[in-house]
Amino acid sequence: MFEELKAQFILNFITDDRWMSLLRGLAVTLKVTFFAVILGFVLGFSVAIVRDVYENTKKLKVLNFLCNVYLTVIRGTPVVVQLLIIYFVIFSSIKIDKSIAAVLAFGINSGAYQAEIFRSGINSIPKGQMEAGRSLGFNYRQTMVNIIMPQAIKNVLPTLGNEFIVLMKETSVAGYIALEDLTKAGDIIRSRTYSAMMPFLAVALLYLIMVMFFSHLLKMFERRLAGSGR
Amino acid sequence: MKKKILTIALVGLMAASLAACGKASETQTSNAASESASDGKAESKSDGTAKIKTVEAGKLTLATNAEFPPYEYHDGDKIVGIDMDIADAIAKKLGLEVQIEDIAFDSVILEVTSGKADIGLAGISATDERKQSVDFSDTYTTSKQLIIVKDDSPIKGSKDLEGKTVGVQTGTTGDILASDIKDVKPERYDKGMDAVQALSQGKVDAVIIDSEVAKKFVEETSGLKVLDEAFADENYAIAIKKGNKELLDSVNKALSELKSDGTIDSIIAKYIKAE
Repeated sequence: MFEELKAQFILNFITDDRWMSLLRGLAVTLKVTFFAVILGFVLGFSVAIVRDVYENTKKLKVLNFLCNVYLTVIRGTPVVVQLLIIYFVIFSSIKIDKSIAAVLAFGINSGAYQAEIFRSGINSIPKGQMEAGRSLGFNYRQTMVNIIMPQAIKNVLPTLGNEFIVLMKETSVAGYIALEDLTKAGDIIRSRTYSAMMPFLAVALLYLIMVMFFSHLLKMFERRLAGSGR
Repeated sequence: MKKKILTIALVGLMAASLAACGKASETQTSNAASESASDGKAESKSDGTAKIKTVEAGKLTLATNAEFPPYEYHDGDKIVGIDMDIADAIAKKLGLEVQIEDIAFDSVILEVTSGKADIGLAGISATDERKQSVDFSDTYTTSKQLIIVKDDSPIKGSKDLEGKTVGVQTGTTGDILASDIKDVKPERYDKGMDAVQALSQGKVDAVIIDSEVAKKFVEETSGLKVLDEAFADENYAIAIKKGNKELLDSVNKALSELKSDGTIDSIIAKYIKAE
């Protein structure tokens, strides 16, 4: 039993330096997640602002409409399909780096969810603060920048961190466009060794370790934030 | 309180429906088993094949990847192709009914080793590495790996592949060949067709895939051609779980009968037009 496990371990990880491909896959997963979250942050923040401006001032009507279309389409379709469309349809005649295609797909996807996170952050600040700001002579923009946003962002930071963790697991479908992320690396090992247990357990373990690590960071971060009240 | 009663009622209902399901399927399988048992008897009278134990009684469960024309592919809602016809012919000889499991190619052998399928029949080349995981039947046909490029590509042969990106299907012999070429970055797609599509969109420089499949893909996609140079011959065989000698022997027996009476040749001729 033990001997067999050892042989399996050697076959799946040591032979041909297969563990290296797991590490490379891990790096790809982290890279794609990181840049996708940033892209999602920019998109989500902008969308949330546009929608809030429209709600409060009735300006930017066209942009608000476009944002609503974006939210509906992205949240209404699976991320795998979006990824395939980006890679095989939108970039159909362009040789694009797969990582970039993946960052775009997951970033655009994440942006829709982050937009909702930001909106809930803005809505979490009592209306009275906006009214107070306006009655003190601030215009809408000044109130947003100086009073609402600093508090709103602080409120949503933990949720954004959570989005990072969720997105990291979601990128596991990147193998659909032959991007060798962590999951695909396990898949490739499996296709060579014809044993499923070791590669998949290793992949699962690596995801779990990453998630636990980032959750821990997040918790520490939240504790620090909690200290600085208004 | 009302909610609680409702919950209990629902749980009860679910349990009942589950039990009903279990019963229904039980009777179904036992029906199938008895049917095939009589089938098997009739068969064993005629050619003396012993009754074979399969994953599901009375059925020859077959793992394949139905995206590999002309060996196996979807035609309407059916899976057809050379391998499927051969499987039908073998199953007929064994007195079994074919049941197809369509799965990613790199999982076909796993289905067999983990005992979820009786045979793996997916244009599998019997390589030494694979022989460590499964037993193979006798060869039923041969194939070789070919290179597909764009019509205007500067690549003339395998030597020109150095330093290029090559699209392959994960876990195929083409994947293994490409990984062995110097400085080649293989891009591993789940489906052969995805690799070919990436080629026609200029995302990879070449695709290495089994010869008949390559010809089929090139036929269906404009702007692509197959290079004349081929890699070494490979033998397609049926994968069977290690140690299942009973099934291996009966499959081999059926195969040799099908070969000698010309069935296999006519099946292949049906799908591959002679050049």
